[in-house]
Amino acid sequence: MNRVVFLYVGIVATVIVSFAGLVSLPEIQLRDLAPIVGENGEEYPVEPQGLVLEGRRAYAGLGCMYCHSQQIRPEGFGSDLDRGWGSRRTVARDHIYDAPPLLGTMRTGPDLVNIGVRQPSDNWHLLHLYSPEITSPGSTMPPMPFLFENRSLELETPYDALAFPPGVVEEGTLVVPRREAKAIVAYLKSLNASRPVPEVVQ
Amino acid sequence: MNGLSAGRSAPHSDPEIAWRSAVDASCRTPVSLFLLSSVFWLVFGTILALIATLKMHTPGFLDDAAWLTFGRVRPAHLATVIYGWGSMAGVGVLLWLEARLCRVKLPLALPLVVACALWNVGVAGGTVSILLGYGTSVEWLEFPVLWSLLFAVAFVVVMAASLLMFSGRRVSHVYVSQWYLFGAVLWFPFLYIIANAFIHGGLATGVVQASVNWWFAHNVLGLWFTPIGLAAVYYLLPKVLGRPIHSYYLSLIGFWTLALFYNWAGTHHLVGGPIPAWLVTVGIVGSVMMFIPVTAVAINHHLTTRGYFARLKVSPTLRFIVFGAMSYTVVSYQGSLQALRWFNEMTHFTHYTVAHAHFGVYAFFSMIMFGSIYYMGPRLSGREWASAGLIKLHFWGAALGILLYWIGLCWGGFIQGLMLNNPDIPFLDVVAYTVPYLWSRSVAGVLMTVAHFSFAVLVWKMFVGRSTGGEGPTLFSRGASQETVDDGGEA
Repeated sequence: MNRVVFLYVGIVATVIVSFAGLVSLPEIQLRDLAPIVGENGEEYPVEPQGLVLEGRRAYAGLGCMYCHSQQIRPEGFGSDLDRGWGSRRTVARDHIYDAPPLLGTMRTGPDLVNIGVRQPSDNWHLLHLYSPEITSPGSTMPPMPFLFENRSLELETPYDALAFPPGVVEEGTLVVPRREAKAIVAYLKSLNASRPVPEVVQ
Repeated sequence: MNGLSAGRSAPHSDPEIAWRSAVDASCRTPVSLFLLSSVFWLVFGTILALIATLKMHTPGFLDDAAWLTFGRVRPAHLATVIYGWGSMAGVGVLLWLEARLCRVKLPLALPLVVACALWNVGVAGGTVSILLGYGTSVEWLEFPVLWSLLFAVAFVVVMAASLLMFSGRRVSHVYVSQWYLFGAVLWFPFLYIIANAFIHGGLATGVVQASVNWWFAHNVLGLWFTPIGLAAVYYLLPKVLGRPIHSYYLSLIGFWTLALFYNWAGTHHLVGGPIPAWLVTVGIVGSVMMFIPVTAVAINHHLTTRGYFARLKVSPTLRFIVFGAMSYTVVSYQGSLQALRWFNEMTHFTHYTVAHAHFGVYAFFSMIMFGSIYYMGPRLSGREWASAGLIKLHFWGAALGILLYWIGLCWGGFIQGLMLNNPDIPFLDVVAYTVPYLWSRSVAGVLMTVAHFSFAVLVWKMFVGRSTGGEGPTLFSRGASQETVDDGGEA
């Protein structure tokens, strides 16, 4: 075989082999993963829908995963479990409905794969999105006031206005979440990878 | 040859030089357009980087507008410097090198100009989409798929021009730079199309998309930027020094082991993640095996340059590409180490990784692109660089900037990792610990910004302004060894 043909074939072959290894094989291995069905017929994981799906879309569009991972590393590897970020390592099955999976590669902020379990309060999440230092002093997360609407004093306080801790904002400030903020909170509260799975022996 | 300003584009009595000038002239319009575009995106991406780095330690900075929030500016920065700066500079360098090495005039001039325009529209549209919140949150593939299609079309033209030049080449010997350029031109479109189809097209499901993501993203560096960077070093080092590459066989080992191993390295980004363990192990093995090509290339380049390091004082091109070539060795060894499980356990989710990534794309690849453009500019434009002082400012701003960046975030990130792995340390204490290092990154960013602006001024003056520069090449010092700093050496 002459050298130029060898060059072409070699270049094409090397990349095709790695494609087979890192793309095709894992797809063949994992594509049939199905949800677990519990005793009462409830399924895990649940496909995100409605407001949760909208929130997932907003989470992706705001680039949250550039600071927050969504994965728990195994026991004895890092301190993910010891920090209380989860009750078990996460597995491929946790992500079968995730397109794309938002596993993340940074922990400038804490992991969020179980944030729905760890922080169930709507008001906490909304305050945190509005100005992270209210709930987490010293946080470097960007405040996102653009997810909220400032209202002037109204006769009746809107039912969804943020409940600020005393002394944080001027008396009478009314801040109301926009739909996007509510969707993000719905998504965050849906994040829960605590259900036992057969892959992890506990 | 004593051809200091030997009519880089004018006809010349020596047929060899006359032919070379004709090749350069054929590249003038398309290659200059790619290079000018790349410098525009470099400046644009640098401004985004500056906003992002300031936000990391001062989160209240510009926090009112959704389109300027950190999570949008950061991926917009990455996208503009990867697809705008790096890839467009890479295409410019690749086309010119191939024309030179094949000794043919650049074909498809008009289609290439159209491809350049499409490419710019793609980067602009994709970046605006990210800032408006339409980014995909897939790292290195943030552009909505519509814009990706434009790249695919543009790239087919680049590939066609490359293959036409190669099949019509007027030298039978295939030089080492050409192996790498072929690799780049065949690998990148394959990776790009497959990754888009499997992730955005949904051919892969769940966490397999993460595997595809890192197979692709790491290969943008490994099979696109790296081969173009190394091809430029293999071409320019002998050119500027006037002596051949030390060893053909080391070149051969360096190329084929890179082709064999780099492909597999990507899944080291998922160590500890929810994917099958074998997939991670394969990525680690590929990363560690990279020790072989990197060492082969390092020895080869070092032995080629040995005894000639004094030339770094004189030649801007040489200073940038030697800095880049040395950084290739450093960053690759660092990468092999970082892939190991015990080390990755500490550094995986920290700023250490960010430092490493920037050292690869910037200290290695971008510095080589700067050096290549300093060499190509006068030959494409028929003018000289306007100011040695600005080139110096560029070099020192870039070199000191990236070193400060790397050292600060490697150290800060490493300690951050140790603190994260100790569950007794509250998370917000870890955040507070990193803040001074994030400031050091901002200082480094300012240095690099100054460097890029001086580079942009030089490029503007050369390609767009009216000044023709001084007489003879613009060198750092007028030493005795000037003559070999020009077109010395073999083809």
